[in-house]
Amino acid sequence: MRWMSRTAVNALLAVSALYTLLPLTWLLFASTKSLSDLYATPGFAFGEFNLFANVEAVAREGGGVFFRWYLNSLLYAGVGAAVSSLITVACGYAFDKYQWLGKEKLFGAVLLGVLVPTTATAVPLYLLASKIGVVNTFWSVFVPTLVHPFGVYLARVLSAGYVPREVLEAARSDGAGEIRTFASVAMPMLLPAYVTIFLFQFTAIWNNFFLPLVMLNDQNLYPLSLGLFAWEKQGHAFPEFHSLVITGSLLSVVPLLVVFLLLQRFWKAGMTAGSVK
Amino acid sequence: MTTSPMTQARAPGAAREGDEAWRRRGAILLFVGPFFALFLAVIVAPLAYAVYLSLFAEKSSGLGFGGAETVFVGLGNYLDTLKDEAFTDGFLVILGYCVLYIPLMIGGALALALLLDSGLARFGKVFQAALFMPHIVPGVIAGLIWLYLYLPGISPIVDLLGDADFLGGRGALGAVVNIALWEWLGYNMIIYFAALQAIPAEVVEAARTDGAGGARIAWSVKIPMIRGAVVTTVLFTIIGSLQLFTEPTVLDNSSDGIVSTWTPNMYAYNEAFGNNDIGQAGAASIILALLAAVLSYAVTRWGNRR
Repeated sequence: MRWMSRTAVNALLAVSALYTLLPLTWLLFASTKSLSDLYATPGFAFGEFNLFANVEAVAREGGGVFFRWYLNSLLYAGVGAAVSSLITVACGYAFDKYQWLGKEKLFGAVLLGVLVPTTATAVPLYLLASKIGVVNTFWSVFVPTLVHPFGVYLARVLSAGYVPREVLEAARSDGAGEIRTFASVAMPMLLPAYVTIFLFQFTAIWNNFFLPLVMLNDQNLYPLSLGLFAWEKQGHAFPEFHSLVITGSLLSVVPLLVVFLLLQRFWKAGMTAGSVK
Repeated sequence: MTTSPMTQARAPGAAREGDEAWRRRGAILLFVGPFFALFLAVIVAPLAYAVYLSLFAEKSSGLGFGGAETVFVGLGNYLDTLKDEAFTDGFLVILGYCVLYIPLMIGGALALALLLDSGLARFGKVFQAALFMPHIVPGVIAGLIWLYLYLPGISPIVDLLGDADFLGGRGALGAVVNIALWEWLGYNMIIYFAALQAIPAEVVEAARTDGAGGARIAWSVKIPMIRGAVVTTVLFTIIGSLQLFTEPTVLDNSSDGIVSTWTPNMYAYNEAFGNNDIGQAGAASIILALLAAVLSYAVTRWGNRR
């Protein structure tokens, strides 16, 4: 009886894992195939091994624009998340450790900001950006992603948990200024919070599609997701773009999966901090 | 003049304290200033500008050859938007999407979390990672992968099932639901699993000594104890569904079941870029932002009450 239910439990889990993993496996198979094999061979079988030719085609298309997109995504998500997390952690830390007039009212504004979804501000951002003439620039996509109200909330909570007041007092009585105290005493203690918020922001910006879609015309400013989306549109007229999209998708997903497997711990910490009390 | 040593000692101290308070004020400004400057620039200002724009409309003057002029219409754009069937149909799509998606998502994630928590699962960590993996894939890429898995000629699934039509009129909703399910199943499972792990072992033990089996414990003990996490995820899923944009937009080019105003967000995008109706685009965005904010507020209130 126990043996049977053990088998049933593991079988059900295995079937679910097939559901989540097979599409990625298919992507792996498909990116090794030539365009004609893509149509002619079964999805989960190898055709002629064409992966390197496909990667080369991706690299050559549009004068290497794919790597440009890759670099853009890294800049938008990597630099964006690094800067945004610093701003966010500093702000949450101040909310936790300092007192000033109207502080809780201001925090209420932050919480209101949490309520407004980023997709609802995309079109308004575009309208404003086109009014002041900054659409279709790097900054039009980069700057809006720096604001992360939920991160401020999270940083405040984590700062209360990670940074004891006594340590700050000790640093102050040693003569360290406020900024020095933050940078060299509090920040090292807040590093796990920083990494958690960074990962949050990195995935959010990397996944962002709506904002770059409304802001950008210039292919050279596209992030990966928008670039691959544009290629897919071309696939209707030129089927060879199907191959480019498939191989390009694989190239864009693999680094993410590697990073995820390396940083799983922080990922989970952030998720559960946000959702389970 | 007789001054006590007390006041003499206080005077320089007070000056130093004042100095310090001022220095602190500078530090506070440095810490919170950048966030609030950006907050004003990219959340408050665009929404305020959209509200402003939504109060005006372009009316063609005379016979329509003299160019358009901008006139104040008050809440006219909001009424037009709310009366526009393309907009309200978008909410019906969202409703249908939620009816199909939420039971599958919550039921599936809950079942998986309970299986992992049953103590019978082997390789629990491996399964967790495998089930969570799709969540790492960006929405556009997930949409593209599944687009090919729906596309006749390329898709092994369509090959297998004969002439399944995932992208046609009626199949489209299911096709989008499936993509969302694939992306979010593992995410919600991890949240439930974390909540299940927080249940004190004695509670489960007590049920077991009372003679309850695994399924009975799951249904009558574990699920009631993580009800809070379940309700929270349901509400967050509804808020997320309201904003549905990426996945249907990716399928839009290849599916005749998805029109360019399929969801409210697609409607706002289409008003701005397809119809060049700035006032209406602003109105639609504001309606959507308000709705999402009210829903989120309800969630937070509910969460705090708990």
